Amino acid sequence: MGREVPKQQQQQQVAYTVDQLVAVNRYNPDILPDLENYVHEQVSSQTYSLDANLCLLRLYQFEPERMSSQIVARILVKALMAMPASDFSLCLFLIPERVQMEEQFKTLIVLSHYLETGRFRQFWDEAAKSRHIVEAVPGFEQAIQGYAIHVLSLTYQKVPRSVLAEAINIEGLSLDKFLEHQVANSGWVIEIAQGRGQLIVLPRNEYNDPVLKKNAADTVTLEHITRILPILG
Amino acid sequence: MATPDYEDARAGYDDPAMAHRQPQAQYQDQGYDPNFVPDSVKMFVGHLYRHIREKNVYEIHQMYENSFQTLSDRYFKDTPWPSVDAVAHYVDNDHVFCLLYREMWFRHLYARLTPTLKQRIDSWDNYCSLFQVVLHGVVNMQLPNQWLWDMVDEFVYQFQSFCQYRAKMKNKTENEIALLKQYDQAWNVYGVLNFLQALVEKSMIIQILENEKEGLEQFTATDGYDYNGGSNVLKVLGYFSMVGLLRVHCLLGDYHTGLKCLLPIDISQQGVYTSVIGSHITTIYHYGFANLMLRRYVEAIREFNKILLYIYKTKQYHQKSPQYEQILKKNEQMYALLAICLSLCPQNGLVDEMVNTQLREKYGEKMVRMQRYDDEAFAIYDELFSYACPKFITPSAPSFEEPLVNYNQDAYRLQLKLFLYEVKQQQLLSGVRTFLKVYSTISLAKLASYMEVDEATLRTILMTYKHKTHAVDSDGKIICNADVDFYIDDDILHVIESKPAKRYGDYFLRQIVKLEGVINEMDGVKLE
Repeated sequence: MGREVPKQQQQQQVAYTVDQLVAVNRYNPDILPDLENYVHEQVSSQTYSLDANLCLLRLYQFEPERMSSQIVARILVKALMAMPASDFSLCLFLIPERVQMEEQFKTLIVLSHYLETGRFRQFWDEAAKSRHIVEAVPGFEQAIQGYAIHVLSLTYQKVPRSVLAEAINIEGLSLDKFLEHQVANSGWVIEIAQGRGQLIVLPRNEYNDPVLKKNAADTVTLEHITRILPILG
Repeated sequence: MATPDYEDARAGYDDPAMAHRQPQAQYQDQGYDPNFVPDSVKMFVGHLYRHIREKNVYEIHQMYENSFQTLSDRYFKDTPWPSVDAVAHYVDNDHVFCLLYREMWFRHLYARLTPTLKQRIDSWDNYCSLFQVVLHGVVNMQLPNQWLWDMVDEFVYQFQSFCQYRAKMKNKTENEIALLKQYDQAWNVYGVLNFLQALVEKSMIIQILENEKEGLEQFTATDGYDYNGGSNVLKVLGYFSMVGLLRVHCLLGDYHTGLKCLLPIDISQQGVYTSVIGSHITTIYHYGFANLMLRRYVEAIREFNKILLYIYKTKQYHQKSPQYEQILKKNEQMYALLAICLSLCPQNGLVDEMVNTQLREKYGEKMVRMQRYDDEAFAIYDELFSYACPKFITPSAPSFEEPLVNYNQDAYRLQLKLFLYEVKQQQLLSGVRTFLKVYSTISLAKLASYMEVDEATLRTILMTYKHKTHAVDSDGKIICNADVDFYIDDDILHVIESKPAKRYGDYFLRQIVKLEGVINEMDGVKLE
């Protein structure tokens, strides 16, 4: 423990300086190497800063000759991991079309397409073929599983085990273990459907349950009330 | 000041007539003498100079909006105004006034003639000098918001225009290429962004707006003017520069950063940005467009609706304004963007009756076809996007060695392609929507057979529907954009009826205020 703490502090400090660097020098080409290092750091420390990465892509856009394909690929993988946010598109908007034609980027675009259209089986098949790209970034699998669970929770109150298995790409005993963990920690419940295997009951939220839908429409703000105060008085 | 139009999105890019035109000062054949100053121009600069010195904002505004226009129409329809050297001694050779004069001089030239490369570079130099004076010098003028907005607007326009011009490499003369190499700092993207950013920072405008919220300072309440003897120039330029940054970032395809730059301005309320119609429209157009690209359709629809209603109601007051044409053009473009948003994300309650009627008139038939998601539908999305999108730019300098190629369409093509990609990902959703509207519950097997897909595919389509209708906002919060929603329980789909939320509170508040008004009015009536 004693050693852990200073290391963490140090990391935080670096994050702080780079984010500050971006805030103060948004349009300064001199910070390009720092931003490139920061991408590597985000990969190794499993952190993420969209603003810093967009800033780097912007500098590449201004000076294409300084662009590094390898770093762009890392940024894109990180952006995929940020789904459901639209970070991946945000990055693509800044990457010239001829660069997007490179094989590794084409693969990433296909992967993003599968995720955007809920086709998880195809996604995992394709990802397995492109290990060298995605496995370079730790936490990739867990991040995508997180996204899959997010979409499932928007969609289902009760989801068949097989559908879940396909979406998060976990099967058999590993899935049992995963479910056990979710039951214990995330309020999942397992039901047995008549003769058709397990049904997973996902926690209710405002998107899969009309009862919880917030009705914020009919609130009156104080600001509006103040308009009629003189009349009431 | 008419901002020259951004030509037609398509025609403008590759217009052979423009490319072959040799703009080298055609007007010199027409007997243009840069040193000849008509008497009325002598009067004009003299008076304008005096009003600026006396900080008479009202008179400055009149001369700037009306007299300049009238004189331009009378004497300088197809020629530039007299050179700055020729008028300098009518204004005590005042350095700052001469910079302002040249700024207008170039703006007039861009609007009515085709600038040469040398003129583009000179205009850049003039902006550098002008902004440097504002940033570092002590400027004690008070200028109309309209003028200050026009400066920022024109600065960004000329940058965009330069990028477009430079990207058309095929027809460049040797002389032009030599100039481009020699003056590679002119309209450099870093320079442009850093000027805008410096104006924002140096003006402390973000702090000022924060202070105002706490009642410590006034800015919006005085429309940005300073009634305590100070100058409004740096503050208001800084303020408008945030809008300028939004626009530049949209031109670069950096929507996230663009919206971030605008964050200090609360667009849910009136502000200095609404005090000038051009600024109001530019702000909302780019804000809405960025949100459209970020898939936050409801946000885009809400703001487009508001401004379109505003333009509809106030259009008549701008008929004589030099911005009128530009207002109409942006109005049309925003209807096209609204048609796109509503086709991707139908929203019944959000659009005002008046706007809706206009929209149906202009795009009703196209919007029906856009729902079909066949090739023809994609062609319409393509057409509307191309018509209504900003004039995207490639900010980097060309490589001079290779065979010279035009790359002026690259940026536009990329944004269009990515947009259409998104449309294709959503193509099956309107089918889902149709069924959701007629059922309250339906089994997945039955729905799959209606939609002519297998059940596994249907599940992916339904997840796509959920994902695409639940956008992530800037704080990472999930926002539901669905007009009809559902949830699945095992293999039964349940439709969630969304009843339009009636806003009783707001309704009663408005009626109370209205009634009070009527009573007051009646109290005031004296019966004879």
